[in-house]
Amino acid sequence: MEDIKIRVGDFNFYYGKMHVLKNVSIDIAANKVTGIIGPSGCGKSTFLRSINRMNDTILGSKAEGRIILDNKNIYDEDVDVVEIRRKVGMVFQKSNPFPKTIFDNVAYGLRINGVKDKYYIHERVEKSLKDAAIWDEVKDRLTKNAFELSGGQQQRLCIARALAVEPEVILMDEPASALDPTATLKIEELIQQLKKKYTIIIVTHNMQQAARISDFTAFFMLGELVEYDITSIMFTKPSKKITEDYITGRFG
Amino acid sequence: MKIKQLQEILGFNILRLCIGIVICALIIILYDITTKGIGVISWKFLSSMPKNGMTEGGILPAIIGTFLVTVITALMAIPLGMGCAIYLNEYAKDSKTTRLIRMAIRNLSGVPSIVYGLFGVILFVQLMNFGTCVLSAGLTLGLMTLPWTITASEEALKNVPNSYREGSLALGATKWQAIKTNVLPYAVPGMLTGTILGLSRAAGETAPILFTGAAFFLPSMPKSLFSQFMALPYHLYIMSTQHHAISKVRPIAYGTALVLIALVFMMNLCAVIIRYRLRKIKME
Repeated sequence: MEDIKIRVGDFNFYYGKMHVLKNVSIDIAANKVTGIIGPSGCGKSTFLRSINRMNDTILGSKAEGRIILDNKNIYDEDVDVVEIRRKVGMVFQKSNPFPKTIFDNVAYGLRINGVKDKYYIHERVEKSLKDAAIWDEVKDRLTKNAFELSGGQQQRLCIARALAVEPEVILMDEPASALDPTATLKIEELIQQLKKKYTIIIVTHNMQQAARISDFTAFFMLGELVEYDITSIMFTKPSKKITEDYITGRFG
Repeated sequence: MKIKQLQEILGFNILRLCIGIVICALIIILYDITTKGIGVISWKFLSSMPKNGMTEGGILPAIIGTFLVTVITALMAIPLGMGCAIYLNEYAKDSKTTRLIRMAIRNLSGVPSIVYGLFGVILFVQLMNFGTCVLSAGLTLGLMTLPWTITASEEALKNVPNSYREGSLALGATKWQAIKTNVLPYAVPGMLTGTILGLSRAAGETAPILFTGAAFFLPSMPKSLFSQFMALPYHLYIMSTQHHAISKVRPIAYGTALVLIALVFMMNLCAVIIRYRLRKIKME
């Protein structure tokens, strides 16, 4: 395997007494797209949200084990969660633009991270919108409220917003599940562009999508990582019967 | 089938009667006060001191007194109430203690206002030695308003979608940054509306200021926060029950009531306008 960006070792996660992730160990390759698939409630979203410690905000949750990002366990006590979240960006399932202008949405992350330089902010906003392939659609209405955009545009705006703070990893939680096929296609093309610069981990419910866009695929079930391989192998000759059953749509 | 239709008509009309009674009562009160009070309302009435044992002259000191006390109430209830609400909704864990605190706050809003008055006497007038004055009365009313402010502010915070918080945190915001930049701006209209409604209620209260600072009659305006003051609701109470020539001052009492109602109405209108304008800004 190529460069490893994230090494997860014996990772366990609990919501109260519920054991949601069980001894997950997985290496995530840098500048690749890693798809995570599995039936509902298998823990794939929880796993994704563990990588930027978004689960910290849930009361009664507990994490054990290691998630090592660039040689540093992000669950160590001396780690600054805020710094982790800046390095590991996230795009949510339901696009969540803030009720601000398009410009302010993208500039938001820069401003909270203390950037004051107006020219730099302007430059970054334009660059991020271009990288998120939405610049041409919004360049004439940057001061309009982000809610005026269509669903697909809102989601790409959220991607631009995540890009603006220059993360290294981008987590995507079913980013296209609420979008129509055309908008979905745009997001998928965008992901192919983005992996040149970023490490991408994407949770998806859609098997074809995983097959199309991811380089590696991980199959989760009941909180366990069942199988993890190069996507082409995973979808043609999976080593486990249960993976095959899931991929071919026999359950889930 | 017939019986069902009959029940339907009957039920609908009973409900209609309920709302009718409420509206009638409101209209009768407003009509009565307006027709009897409007005669004495003049610029002179609003801007001069009471004269001749309060049988003539105006109600300026009462208006000023109520205004001052309401300002102090606001200065206490707004920051404290919003702070408590932010803590309870954003920071506090859902434990037995916080549930107990919440319950206590809800129950405090049901405590009779005279009890707040007594409490104010003990705490502000005696223990903290402020004496009976504008400050003590304002703080007492502030305490009384707090449960309303906290509850309204908490509701306003709850209405801000969680995705605003998460989205902000995911970009590397600290918790306070997320609250300050992406929660409060959208909660403030609701917070303010609830608070102003609480304040307008406080402005019309008599019992809490009765022992803490309101005076029967004063020949001059309050000079500092530690002076006694006259207030509209208390003035009204005196004019209608305690005065030596009640029937003679009846018009002044009605005039005072009208001014008080107008004041409360204006404050509530302010709340509506603030909410409307901030909501519009938010949508733009």
